Amino acid sequence: MSPETGGPGPDEHGPDEHHPDGHRPDGHRPQGRRGGEKQLVPEAEFQSYYGRPIVKETVWGPDIPSYLFLGGLAGASSTLAAGAHVTGRPELSRALKCGAAGAISMSMVALVHDLGRRTRFVNMLRVLKVTSPMSVGTWILSGYTPLALAAAASAVTRKLPRAGLLATIAAGLLGPAVASYTAVLLGDTAAPAWHEAHRELPFLFAGSAATAAGGLGMLTVRPGRAGQAIRFAVLGAAGEIAAKSMLLQRLGAAAEPYQTGRAGQLMDISEVLTAAGLAIAVIAGRSRAGAPLAGLTLMAASALTRFGVFEAGRASARDPKYTVVPQRDRLRDVRPES
Amino acid sequence: MTPGLDPAAVAGYSQHPPRMGFFTDTSVCIGCKACEVACKEWNAVPEDGLVLTGMSYDNTADLSATTWRHVAFIEQPATDGDLRWLMASNVCKHCTEAACLDVCPTGALMRTEFGTVVVQDDICNGCGYCVSACPFGVIGRSATDGGAHKCTLCYDRLGDGLMPACAKACPTESIQFGPLDELRDRAQQRVADLHAAGESRAQLYGADPADGIGGAGAMFLLLDEPEVYGLPPDPVVTTRDLPRMWRLAAAAAGSLIAAAAVACAAGRQ
Repeated sequence: MSPETGGPGPDEHGPDEHHPDGHRPDGHRPQGRRGGEKQLVPEAEFQSYYGRPIVKETVWGPDIPSYLFLGGLAGASSTLAAGAHVTGRPELSRALKCGAAGAISMSMVALVHDLGRRTRFVNMLRVLKVTSPMSVGTWILSGYTPLALAAAASAVTRKLPRAGLLATIAAGLLGPAVASYTAVLLGDTAAPAWHEAHRELPFLFAGSAATAAGGLGMLTVRPGRAGQAIRFAVLGAAGEIAAKSMLLQRLGAAAEPYQTGRAGQLMDISEVLTAAGLAIAVIAGRSRAGAPLAGLTLMAASALTRFGVFEAGRASARDPKYTVVPQRDRLRDVRPES
Repeated sequence: MTPGLDPAAVAGYSQHPPRMGFFTDTSVCIGCKACEVACKEWNAVPEDGLVLTGMSYDNTADLSATTWRHVAFIEQPATDGDLRWLMASNVCKHCTEAACLDVCPTGALMRTEFGTVVVQDDICNGCGYCVSACPFGVIGRSATDGGAHKCTLCYDRLGDGLMPACAKACPTESIQFGPLDELRDRAQQRVADLHAAGESRAQLYGADPADGIGGAGAMFLLLDEPEVYGLPPDPVVTTRDLPRMWRLAAAAAGSLIAAAAVACAAGRQ
């Protein structure tokens, strides 16, 4: 038994029983083809304990990718709302403020709902730890949420305009933190696909958030008043696409969890929807039917991106090859003789 | 002792006992699972299913919220054509740089005066972040009570000058408990003896303070590569990358503001 291919699981059952799509996430050329699945990387050569995962798959449920979307939507909407407010677009600004307030309220529900012990959600406020992205995020949300709610309340009631403007600007400045800290939340875990992507995820999430906020603007204002929203969505989608392609390129074969299985499907559909939403927005964004259709499409694309990234992390934690092979390669680079 | 190896001092204990830990010498493990049973009994950890996994004698499967010691069984063909049977009792590593403790947003996870890492059950709100952060897959969230649980290195027993239940129950002293400095010396001696006896694949795991977790508070002597036992070969605490991650997130946030400014400025009338 070669030490490279042995181990209890693979030794008894052959590597492919545990890893039907198992290839090693490194730069080696494929050694063979099997099955109809597109072969992105060569066969896996690694040992494991009966093919069982090493790191634990996240215990977070669909609440969390929903929050990634809603938090991003809220944060970017507040920023665009502030811009629309100070450049004299009250209709767009008001719609975005209401959307941000609604989205962040739903976020709070999702975040508390996902806890194992919901009645203790307030324990998050016992401490502030910069080593914990969740702690930092909690404090960002604690600052942002009242501002977003106040900005919306002032816009709807038309009361306290001066305080409303202050809240609008403050929420607009804090919103991007809400939208991008979640990338650090995922990056600071042992889930290989999340941590490996920690350089690009903040930009992917920021872009996705702008796409969603632009979409919300197109959906909620009268056609012809969504020009700023369309431009914001175009910039966001461009950032999202650029960040995603950089992610795939830098990770190389280790990007496999983003390209295969359920995560791959979600990311693919998201890409198609982003392109379609952008096309509709640019071509028919000022028409009665085109604007809301483009808006909905872009918001759906943003949501699917978050669910795709979430699923990629789960898949990468489930399969020990994503934990073992890069670590083995790292050791081999440091100590070539071992 | 280098400051990095004294996590209790880093956590703010000015006066504290020496750092305590485990040395699990798998070369003398007989797979009796007394450690698993003693741990469950002492800590009143709930039963978590009686299933047959088909993985040799291992029907425990892995560490979790309800399993704080786990004995792995590995059947390998030996060089003489016979069977080589590896057994190893796995446990929380009580890392010098502990990812679970770093990411815990409530402060429920804390460093003890013994340099170990424990969950304060009355504070944990079950956010589950520690579960994803642990590079060893040790800590889990209980489906029953919603909280995160893991090995405490029998914090209650240590306070009374007793050794942890698993070490006490181990009939072969495969699980050794003591001050980490002494254990490390003993482990290095043992691996040298095994090498001299021709067991060339014997290796220490978690004993190097220069590794990706600053050295473990629970080290192991293994007879094969770590991944054969279900251990990551080169775990790194992801908190080490946090400064860079925060910088990139700030840059991404800045780009979002810039995008809004561009989108709005272009539309100004």
